[in-house]
Amino acid sequence: MQKVVEMKGITKVFPGVKANDDVNFELLKGEIHVLLGENGAGKTTLMNILYGLYQPDAGEIYVNGQKVNIKSPGDAIKLGIGMVHQHFMLVHNFTVAENIVLGSEPKKGIKIDMQKAIKDTKELADRYGFKIDPNAVIEDITVGQQQKVEILKALYRGADILILDEPTAVLTPQEIEELGVILKNLVKEGKSIILITHKLKEVMAMSDRVTIVRRGKVIDTVYTKDTNIDELAEMMVGRKVNLVVQKDEAKPGKVVLKVENISALDHRKLPALKGVNLEVRAGEIVGIAGVDGNGQTELIEVITGLRKPTEGRVYINDKDVTGKTPRDIIEAGVGHIPEDRHKRGLVLKYSLYENAVLGNHYKLPFAKGIMMNYNKIKEYARKLIDEFDVRTPNEEVFASALSGGNQQKFIAAREINKDPELIIAAQPTRGIDVGAIEYIHKRLVEERDKGRAILLVSLELDEILALSDRIAVIYDGQIVDILDAKSATEHELGILMAGGTLKKQA
Amino acid sequence: MANKNTTSSKLRAALNTLIFPIISIIIAMFIAVFFVMWAEGENFFTATVTLFQAIWEGSFGTSFSIIETLVFVTPLLFTGLANAVAFKTGLFNIGVEGQFIMGIFAAAAVGLIPGIPAFIHVPLVLISGMLIGALWAAIPGFLKAKVGTNEVINTIMMNFIAMFFVNYMIMGPLNAPGKATTPLIQDSAKLWRFLGETNRVNVGLFIGLLLVALVYILLWKTTIGYELRAVGLNPHAAEYGGISIKKNIILAMAISGAIAGLGGAVHVAGIQYQAIQLFGFTGFGFDGIAVALLGKSHPVGVLLSAILFGALNSSSLNLQLANIPKDIVYLIQAIIIIFVAADYIYKWIGEKRKKEAMING
Ligand SMILES: Nc1ncnc2c1ncn2[C@@H]1O[C@H](COP(=O)(O)OP(=O)(O)OP(=O)(O)O)[C@@H](O)[C@H]1O
Ligand SMILES: [Mg+2]
Repeated sequence: MQKVVEMKGITKVFPGVKANDDVNFELLKGEIHVLLGENGAGKTTLMNILYGLYQPDAGEIYVNGQKVNIKSPGDAIKLGIGMVHQHFMLVHNFTVAENIVLGSEPKKGIKIDMQKAIKDTKELADRYGFKIDPNAVIEDITVGQQQKVEILKALYRGADILILDEPTAVLTPQEIEELGVILKNLVKEGKSIILITHKLKEVMAMSDRVTIVRRGKVIDTVYTKDTNIDELAEMMVGRKVNLVVQKDEAKPGKVVLKVENISALDHRKLPALKGVNLEVRAGEIVGIAGVDGNGQTELIEVITGLRKPTEGRVYINDKDVTGKTPRDIIEAGVGHIPEDRHKRGLVLKYSLYENAVLGNHYKLPFAKGIMMNYNKIKEYARKLIDEFDVRTPNEEVFASALSGGNQQKFIAAREINKDPELIIAAQPTRGIDVGAIEYIHKRLVEERDKGRAILLVSLELDEILALSDRIAVIYDGQIVDILDAKSATEHELGILMAGGTLKKQA
Repeated sequence: MANKNTTSSKLRAALNTLIFPIISIIIAMFIAVFFVMWAEGENFFTATVTLFQAIWEGSFGTSFSIIETLVFVTPLLFTGLANAVAFKTGLFNIGVEGQFIMGIFAAAAVGLIPGIPAFIHVPLVLISGMLIGALWAAIPGFLKAKVGTNEVINTIMMNFIAMFFVNYMIMGPLNAPGKATTPLIQDSAKLWRFLGETNRVNVGLFIGLLLVALVYILLWKTTIGYELRAVGLNPHAAEYGGISIKKNIILAMAISGAIAGLGGAVHVAGIQYQAIQLFGFTGFGFDGIAVALLGKSHPVGVLLSAILFGALNSSSLNLQLANIPKDIVYLIQAIIIIFVAADYIYKWIGEKRKKEAMING
């Protein structure tokens, strides 16, 4: 088979870390090749080098057998390389077709030929089996649809080599399946694909080969058909990983969180919550299952004081905290792993140690009066880094210098270490590797066993089923049913999440 | 090893931030040299020598010029720091000018009160300047926090109100008969001119230097600074961390205004001894914007760029003596500002580009 990409001896050093260390990587024509590795292993860095966003300190790149020097994404596009980042780069008030042709618009004289743009988009979409409306406006379509637009955009610019960095982290299970079909179609047409993902099931289902990286070095490249999930996990982390959550029966105690008849509006001032009732007891994990955009975000914001409800009350340990400030609610004993780590969870241009005390920064021992005690704060940051194995050169670097998964681990460490009575965990394992997922799951179960109340919100049914003691299904701003996790099935949850009802057996 | 790494990377980071201001200063000087060549018909070398000699002699050449330079530097320290505090909180306080003017007014008024011993009168004058400056800035801060109106527009309006109000007071209730000024303040309200009465430099300079240290401590060592900077960098995350955005916007404006007002009060109590009718803005507030931008809103940076701007301003007289139009000084300052602004825009675009590289979610 023909090698379309060959990267030889790639080394990239950031201050304090060797992100890529003499990496060799090859992509064959017509294959789906997964890059697998722990958080901070250097996957994104390697792909950013291939796409011209970073320059390597050493090493050579060959595309279709030719040695190339990729100095910018423009060079990469000319070579037929396209990249879809996890954060999309679309213009929000443009239509799908406008976004796809942006930068390489078909012209009629000096005017953009919109007719042709729409036609081209349709043709391209039909050819690879994308279901998408070229005239829809970006801000009105789902994340999954937006991702398709990103892929189409790369294809429109003539990409034969497609890099997808964690494309499934924000997708629903159905959207992931659709993506799988699209990728197969692309490969049939002779495209070659590099895929970064932490979800081992997807690796097994979608890929032909897997290259495993650990701490900047390539461990091995294997054929997917010759391996299995456990082996991949072990190669990646360097030890056996327990993929099943170990937990005993829950021993629920007193009610810690009580949400009574809450209604609230979303940011467009449309009703997002319509009378939600929910209780979480000490010593139990309640999972909220639901398709993205059914009110999960608003519910968490109301509980944590970030959004004012239009109706209803929130109690924490029998204390009415409705409409209180976020600080009051933190002080009432709530820890919160937010769903959007860049928007809420971190001040990216703060050092890690400054981020380590966000929310507790004004309290002893981190501050005395108005004076911060940075020695104590740094010590504390080092403790978080050690305990949750956050991969970083030290606690002084900006949070933005960490890989995505390590940022997530750091936030989880901070919130769990606040020792709160109620932990709200929204997508707590988004974008993190299996080893770290195992650890965070274990810690959440431990916190439960210590008598903490835990509210888990996750788009991953596997995670909901594995961790929860009870599962509340949210649909269109209402809790439509609460199931016992022991007997709930993925099928039942699927029906409820889509707005259906379960026939109760007598 | 790890330690050495962090110090060397810190050093590199510091160099990185310094490199652009330094380059822009050098380029500005070069352009100024070309203007001198053109205006004077001199060749490159003689023009360079003429210009730099004139600037140097006018700012640091004699002990008198050094003293005058320090007089020019002092108000810029205050207005530069005032702008820096606002910038760090993500706010643009164009109203430093108006707050400075209100500080002038407060000091000129309180300074008139007779029969107070100096050790009470001087602090009273300074505190009244701070309070009125803080109030003047807190109003647009409050409007932004509560109603969401843009602080830039409101502070500009407040500047005009300040100017007309103060002029009214100078020409009306506080007028010194027959003059376009207020009467001279009491001796007990004056700041000590430590090099003798004829040398205008006064302890206001040391108050400014002390403030450089205090603002540094405020921003980087206290919970107040932690919260202000967090709001400036990422208000969503600040809010999540229990930091009130509204409270900190008002607080940042009030602190910024207090520093500006103090600057105005020091200007009266140390230099002018009275408020003089304004035919336009004093310009100290606007120069402070440039000083803060060039100094990257860091107190030490503000100190260095205040010295640069102060030196240029105080050399303008000498330039005229050397037959160079004094506008050359403003030209240099303007070019520096353009470059610094360009740097900000470039960084802003760079950030957007980097977002592309920062895919990790
Ligand atoms: N711009 C940067 N500045 C400094 N260090 C960086 C930068 N980008 C990445 N790093 C470091 O390089 C290493 C590799 O990061 P990279 O983002 O490639 O990891 P990754 O394999 O994509 O991880 P994840 O699965 O968490 O996304 C990390 O240790 C990270 O801290
Ligand atoms: Mg990554």
